[in-house]
Amino acid sequence: MFYREAGQFKTSYKADQALMPILQDRVGLLVILAVAFVVIPVFANDFFLTSIMIPFLVFSLAAIGLNVLTGFCGQLSLGTGAFMGVGAYAAYKLTSIFPDANVILMVLLSGVFSAAIGAVFGLPSLRIKGLYLAVTTLAAQFFLEWCFIRIPWLYNYNASGAIEIPHREAFGVVVSGAEATPIVRYFIVLGITALIAYLMANVLRGRIGRSWMMIRDMDIAAELMGIRPLQTKLMAFAVSSYICGVAGAMMVFFWLNAAEPSSYSISLSFQILFMVILGGLGSLSGAFMGAAFIWILPVFLKFIPGTIGINVAAETVEHITFMVVGALIIFFLIVEPHGFARLWQIAKQKLRVWPFPY
Amino acid sequence: MLYDIFIDPFVQMYDMPDFFLQVLWEGFVAGILYALIALGFVLIFKASGVFNFAQGIMVVFAGLTLVGLNENGVPAYLALALTIAAMGILAYGVERVVMRPLVNQPDIILLMATIGLTYFLIGFGEFVFGGEPKQMITEELGLPTGSTAFEFGERGLVILQHIDIAAAVIAVLMVAALGIFFNKTRIGRALRAVADDHQAALSVGISLNQIWAIVWFAAGLVALATGIMWGARSDVSFALEIVAFKALPVLILGGFTSIPGAIVGGLIIGFGEKIGELYWGGLVGGGIESWLAYIIALIFLLFRPQGLFGERIIERV
Amino acid sequence: MKSIKQIALGTAVALGVGFSGLATTVAQAEDANYVPLLTYRTGPFAASGIHIANGMHDYLKMLNERDGGIGGVKLELEECETGYNAQKGVECYEATKGKGALVYNPYSTGITLQLIPKAGVDKIPVLSMGYGLSAAADGSVFPWVFNVPDTYWDGASVVIKYIGEQEGGLDNLKGKKIGYIFLDAGYGREPIPLLEQLAEKYGFELLQYPVGVKEMQNQSSQWLNVRRDRPDYMVMWGWGAMNPTAIKEAVKIRFPMDKFIGVWWSAGDDDAAAGGEGAKGYKAMNFSGVGSDFPALDDIKKHVVDAGLSSTDASSIGGTLYNRGVLNSVIIAEGIRTAQELTGKKVITGEDMRMGLEALNLDEARLKELGLAGFAHPMKVTCEDHAGSHPVFIQEWDGKQWRQASGWIEPMTDIVRPLLEAAAAEYAEKNAPWPVRTEPCPN
Repeated sequence: MFYREAGQFKTSYKADQALMPILQDRVGLLVILAVAFVVIPVFANDFFLTSIMIPFLVFSLAAIGLNVLTGFCGQLSLGTGAFMGVGAYAAYKLTSIFPDANVILMVLLSGVFSAAIGAVFGLPSLRIKGLYLAVTTLAAQFFLEWCFIRIPWLYNYNASGAIEIPHREAFGVVVSGAEATPIVRYFIVLGITALIAYLMANVLRGRIGRSWMMIRDMDIAAELMGIRPLQTKLMAFAVSSYICGVAGAMMVFFWLNAAEPSSYSISLSFQILFMVILGGLGSLSGAFMGAAFIWILPVFLKFIPGTIGINVAAETVEHITFMVVGALIIFFLIVEPHGFARLWQIAKQKLRVWPFPY
Repeated sequence: MLYDIFIDPFVQMYDMPDFFLQVLWEGFVAGILYALIALGFVLIFKASGVFNFAQGIMVVFAGLTLVGLNENGVPAYLALALTIAAMGILAYGVERVVMRPLVNQPDIILLMATIGLTYFLIGFGEFVFGGEPKQMITEELGLPTGSTAFEFGERGLVILQHIDIAAAVIAVLMVAALGIFFNKTRIGRALRAVADDHQAALSVGISLNQIWAIVWFAAGLVALATGIMWGARSDVSFALEIVAFKALPVLILGGFTSIPGAIVGGLIIGFGEKIGELYWGGLVGGGIESWLAYIIALIFLLFRPQGLFGERIIERV
Repeated sequence: MKSIKQIALGTAVALGVGFSGLATTVAQAEDANYVPLLTYRTGPFAASGIHIANGMHDYLKMLNERDGGIGGVKLELEECETGYNAQKGVECYEATKGKGALVYNPYSTGITLQLIPKAGVDKIPVLSMGYGLSAAADGSVFPWVFNVPDTYWDGASVVIKYIGEQEGGLDNLKGKKIGYIFLDAGYGREPIPLLEQLAEKYGFELLQYPVGVKEMQNQSSQWLNVRRDRPDYMVMWGWGAMNPTAIKEAVKIRFPMDKFIGVWWSAGDDDAAAGGEGAKGYKAMNFSGVGSDFPALDDIKKHVVDAGLSSTDASSIGGTLYNRGVLNSVIIAEGIRTAQELTGKKVITGEDMRMGLEALNLDEARLKELGLAGFAHPMKVTCEDHAGSHPVFIQEWDGKQWRQASGWIEPMTDIVRPLLEAAAAEYAEKNAPWPVRTEPCPN
């Protein structure tokens, strides 16, 4: 009823192969973009922008990155946090080496470094599979974390061992550092995330994306059909790490303002993995939904009791948050192991046939 | 430089044999403790194919329950019994609430479920027992606390902590008990049958649910032993959970399904990282312990992707 | 504001900025001073964090209960759990700053570093009491950051001075080996530049033993290294679960405990107690009172703890870290009181608070008035020196409790201060354009 594609005729191949062949999807996306670009900036306050929207978008992007690797290419990785860290440190070094360059460009460029490092750590994936590979990506995680601590050059020999984001301007606006307003940061993060998501949506349905999915579904069969496993897997590692790297750089430049090595620890890797799994493996929209769930739910749990007047000790809230998040993860895995993306598909199907399901 | 890498460490080993022995002993103890954590993983993976990420937090949880009960006036041995009961309840609960509905799901989903369980147990444990670290009730449990020093040469000294010796003995006993349990008892055989083939086991009348609950309980017991030993070495606190990551390289070295593999892998990692850290770590600024184990495991995997004792992976198209 | 308008011009957003601006100015409570407390009672550092959080909370709560707040205005307290996690710390900051927050106490060097640049922009001072960026003690560069009563560099110089005293003079340090075991994070690395400089000056050898955050409870390698290197003294910069483990390991390798000195954050009662009998003789620096024998602490017990208004266990009152939390709150409270006097306002803002902290003068008479005679060294903040007081004493663990083991030791200001100014200048340069101080000096 609400989601009927009947009557939408395609008169050209181009129209048939469009990113969103169905009218309702296009309208829906436009509505979401309108909300993101107009409604939220108009109505949101600083807290909503800096503590909810910016982290949400950063995490969504990281989840897209991990989804490329795990959801589309089938390679489980627990090193996401470290690859994000590589992006952050690379962007930091780039801006301190080229202080006059555009920060946004530097952030986009920083992903190249994490892509290279990701590809190096992707090499074992040719021989090692599944959970064994997951454990080897931990080697990347811990080794890189150690590098962030032990190579002082990476943080410009700061006594604190942390990277602090300098004040930078681009297009006549302060974009990083403490003076950058939440709105400016929000627009940058939103812009980059939307751009990369759009690019990935196209890459994933093209030749490259399909070769990744072949490797995921059955690598030996894919090899027999002329897919080169080494190049394909390494490309997945590189692309995934590029996206994660950009997300990591955005995380420190446009959200946190300063980062210690522990900001890119194993728990970040798990956080992103949660988002991917709960959102739905192999789904871009799932990455957004998963990020929203994992990031926004704890924030709400944390601040809701206070706003509605229930006085609960801060640590109790934290404990309950842990319990609720853990229980909900198990609950959703039981109810729908394919994540929110699948729930959304089911919902669409229901909407399509409503009110006459049979 | 080359001298520092290839010759100097060995010269040092020769110069200070007492110290080298001490390093080996520390490596051995660390290895035993890693092996104990890995053992918990292996038990569950063998029987249900679940990579139980929550093993680390189960260690903390078991230790906390034991100490927490004792703090509230329960005598040590009764607290121990109650903790064992609590692990039993946990095992049953996990089987009933988490494992049973998720049967036949892909590996990664099961892994995620155990990570969810980890989060839940962290919150629950802190909620019940508070976040502050507690001291392990070593003496109350009748475990030794002192240390013995062996004079060695002129000013050489090797110090052995009694608790470490106890840890080694308990680990050996535990592995022996598990070995007997697996090989000689009815349930043990059923466990092995399940490990070999779920469906075949089902068809001969073995209850999967019951077996899984038992396996989780066994893993809980291993976790309790580990918790007591680690707790006695430092403190029982949630920071301990992080140590459990060390069990992962042990696992890939030893193979996910092999109990001897867990022990041997644990010892290799234990010796490897202590010797590496103490004799080579200084060259790059120290602290290499945090990743050395993973690199050892990674290099190893490149040559033997299924681990030391793992079953050969055969892929069919 | 100008920059926002540039982006907004010509877009439909222009209208919106006004609205969102409106939305952010959350009405300040009219009749209370709002103090957010960023605390952590969960996570790997909860061991230390809980006592600090209790101390901070209880003293301010006690002022509310006993005196009806400060200057007749109640304090509105809100705890926000950070878990020592920088992300959550920033989240707490954003969530509370709009409610008229007066001051932030991040209790994490990582979170402090993130808040330092924001402090000047949002006009809310950061009070990092005895932690955070040492260079921030230079008030002419960091008008919004206070680290009363001590910086880590002060502490590091006191340790060396104390060791020198033990050896019969700083010159006797030549050829000695001093080991430094530290949490391998911003916190533990902070004192290294100063220690290195002192090592060069006095000719001792500095051996470093970093402990990774993941390895906090697994320090056997570090202590094996200590055993091999046989340093004459060990200095520790530890926090959370690292402290008890280190003390246990030191006992295990039979390191002479009276030559093992911790920073004031390694001075918890639980930390030392973990070592059992063997920990007797372990020393730590401290700048907040030992024991619970102070009238103000009795008031806390009476008005807050016994009244069931706090989660504090009565036996932990008087512990080192609890008292540290109390001292932190004393500084907050005195800052508010000074600000009220300076401005004549009852309900003050972050800017007033900054003035109040900068004019803070906690002399002995005032401490006595507060029922805290001898609880801390008198501190006087000036516009140049945001660390205020400096002397530190050494306390020793006698197997059951801490007792004071030395008088107040002055840090080597002549070495610390120039280094501090250089570091502040370097920070400003790295973060260029760092705002030049325009804030007026209240004293």
